[in-house]
Amino acid sequence: MSEAAAIHVGVEPQEAPLTPENWGKLGMWLFLAGDAMSFGCLIVGYGILRHASKDWPVPSHILGINLTAFMTFLLIVSSVWMVLSLSAIQKGDRARFQKFLGLVILGGLMFLGCQAYEWHHLITEALPEHNLSFTKDLFATTFFVLTGFHGMHVTGGVIYNTCVLSAVSRGRYGAKHVEIAGLYWHFVDLVWILIFTFVYLI
Amino acid sequence: MSETTHTETNYMGVFWWLLVLTIAEIAVIYMPIVRLAVVILLVSMAVTKATLVALYFMHLKFENRTLALIALCPFILCVFLILMLTPDIFPR
Repeated sequence: MSEAAAIHVGVEPQEAPLTPENWGKLGMWLFLAGDAMSFGCLIVGYGILRHASKDWPVPSHILGINLTAFMTFLLIVSSVWMVLSLSAIQKGDRARFQKFLGLVILGGLMFLGCQAYEWHHLITEALPEHNLSFTKDLFATTFFVLTGFHGMHVTGGVIYNTCVLSAVSRGRYGAKHVEIAGLYWHFVDLVWILIFTFVYLI
Repeated sequence: MSETTHTETNYMGVFWWLLVLTIAEIAVIYMPIVRLAVVILLVSMAVTKATLVALYFMHLKFENRTLALIALCPFILCVFLILMLTPDIFPR
């Protein structure tokens, strides 16, 4: 057993690889670091293409700021529900945990619904009005790649949270697993905060 | 231990800050100020919001240094990526 593990009383040796945290949390942080690089490359690439373009449209003239502001609000609120669900399960309050994690899942589904509506509106109305299209313009292509990649993460988060809710309800998972799922969900929220600013507002 | 500290965090306080910053971001794009100032303000507020989420919701403030270093890695690599691409962004 390492010295680091020995000084943290109550931590199982097999759960102290590099830090006194559990393997799962360390694994999730490593995954998120890699995932952050994927998003980082996409956002930096977006910035460079936009900077190099002479006729990049003003995003707020084409993209609906009101709807995406609501979507941002949804993800921020769902992050709060996530931490409240973790707090509830840490106190052993399973009913409160189920309520808040259920709300997180609902928030994620509403976000995806709003995104589907936004994409449909853009493809059928807003982009053709400005003579833009998914396959021909970098503005549209980068927008759909970035928001689509994030939307896939939200979809994954909804499925993940549903699995965690089910497993905790059956007594197979505990607070540790909820905390790890929470890290993923907050990361999805964090990335959207950046996308909202760089793609929609600037 | 960190487990007990998490539950005592003022999550609602963080939420109100995130909400206020989001509203401020939307207000900024309609303000009659120079574009550079708008960009600086928006980026500053977005980074502040992302930091709040990482520190309080992801509990990075209460974790040990190893996890903080892991979280910093992609940020450092992105800065490195931007620096490496600078010749393409600002060609001579």
